[in-house]
Amino acid sequence: MMNYVAISVILAAAVSDTIARGGLRDQVSAAKRVLISFVEWFGELGIFCARLARAAVVPPYEFGELVRQCDSIGSKSFPLVALAGAATGVVFSLQTRDSLVRFGAKSLLPAVIIFSIAKESGPVITALIVSGRVGAGIGAELGSMKVTEQIDAMEASAVDPYKYLLATRVLACILMLPLLTLASEFCGIVMGWVAHTLAEPISLRLFLTNGFKDVMFSDFIPPTLKTTVFGLIIGTVACFQGVRTTGGTEGVGRSATSSVVLSSLFVILADVVLVRLILLVWG
Amino acid sequence: MGKKNDNLPIVVNDLHKAFGDQSVLNGIDLRVAPGETLAVLGRSGTGKSVLLKLIIRLQAPDSGTIRVAGQELANLNEEQLNQVRKKVGFLFQQAALYDSLTVEENVAFPLSRHTRMSGAEQKERVRELLADVGMDRELGKMPAEISGGMQKRVGLARALALEPEILLFDEPTSGLDPITAGEVGELIVALKQRRKMSAIVVTHDVQQAQVFSDRLVLLHEGKILAEGTFVELQESQNEVVAQFMGHGS
Repeated sequence: MMNYVAISVILAAAVSDTIARGGLRDQVSAAKRVLISFVEWFGELGIFCARLARAAVVPPYEFGELVRQCDSIGSKSFPLVALAGAATGVVFSLQTRDSLVRFGAKSLLPAVIIFSIAKESGPVITALIVSGRVGAGIGAELGSMKVTEQIDAMEASAVDPYKYLLATRVLACILMLPLLTLASEFCGIVMGWVAHTLAEPISLRLFLTNGFKDVMFSDFIPPTLKTTVFGLIIGTVACFQGVRTTGGTEGVGRSATSSVVLSSLFVILADVVLVRLILLVWG
Repeated sequence: MGKKNDNLPIVVNDLHKAFGDQSVLNGIDLRVAPGETLAVLGRSGTGKSVLLKLIIRLQAPDSGTIRVAGQELANLNEEQLNQVRKKVGFLFQQAALYDSLTVEENVAFPLSRHTRMSGAEQKERVRELLADVGMDRELGKMPAEISGGMQKRVGLARALALEPEILLFDEPTSGLDPITAGEVGELIVALKQRRKMSAIVVTHDVQQAQVFSDRLVLLHEGKILAEGTFVELQESQNEVVAQFMGHGS
């Protein structure tokens, strides 16, 4: 009892001292500023998305630039995504094999590898890799264009930067993410088989037959299609962070970093929601 | 007076612009006559570049009206605004060349977006424009591979691509050595004589302003402190004007 009284007295003294020195007031006003900037960020993002959606839908369309961005985002991300997918397949095979042997379920290994890669790890790992490579690239490129007035110059030449620069990048992310996911999953499954067959020889045909025996379209299509949402998130967040860059080269660095951090965070949060949604719709 | 102003390429009335608590422009009135070059002088941070960006609507004013090429900017939708922008060429302070495009592609960019020229016609036109600014040998180079003065020339060629009626120059000679600055100044004078365009040149270089402008205004604390020819401003009794003109010349 005496201890509680002593602690209460010490806390009360500390609080009153903080208030007396204006510390609490400073902390409250700092928290208020953070809250306001948080709300402002989402407000600006909403306005940005509305303008972006309009630019993407209303003709004329920028097909040439879209193809260029698909090449830049898709084909140039392919080696990294394929490597990450392959590594995931090998790790799954090595780790899962050990666990399944303990439970006497070694024959399930192909199915476990394929299910894990197709349903979750393939889409999420691909999205995080693309978020790192493409998100940082878009954030830095647009940030640099913003601080050197190239985006202003485009607008001054009567070219809508939302249509030419931003909508094309976001659409390219949406289109390329599912394709990159498929590539990553393919590499993961093949390398999963390679790792499996090095430990215990098995033909690729038998591996795939065992693995895909119980796989349905609902195991494969919704997780692959959810990557379009990941693409939308990565493209939108990176473009948004890029075009609101201020503060010279330091600002460009900040935009690149925040593009990666925020898009990765939103991808993970969206994954939680989408997985729940997929389970609700497809069981 | 209103009817007379309707025919002027640029008319600015009671323009106000602030960023947060900081008032930058505080009641600016400007008129630019056809074929006239107006130099806007002032110390750094007096809102000269902001004024140009407001005139081409890269930023929106807090209050006041801007009429460009006979159109009231506040009343225009995006499509109509872009039609006005095609009549205005803008040379940015750092040239603002697209760094992922070559010199040739930079100048061709407005042509490919807004004209129905074939590839060959565009190439021909780009060569003419670059020849006009003495840059016809650097077609395939990237902006990072050419000097600051060359970048300004290419920026000028790009600004002229759509044959604008009005040109806006944001510090065309800043950051250049005196010889290159002189060359860019001469280029502006030559273009002015050849193309008879109206222009606003934002600068703090009083000597250059004397070379290429017909009239000058001096911005100070968000307002126009003085307006007139170079000689009139030089003879001004106002202390700030005298200090600025004396320091510059």
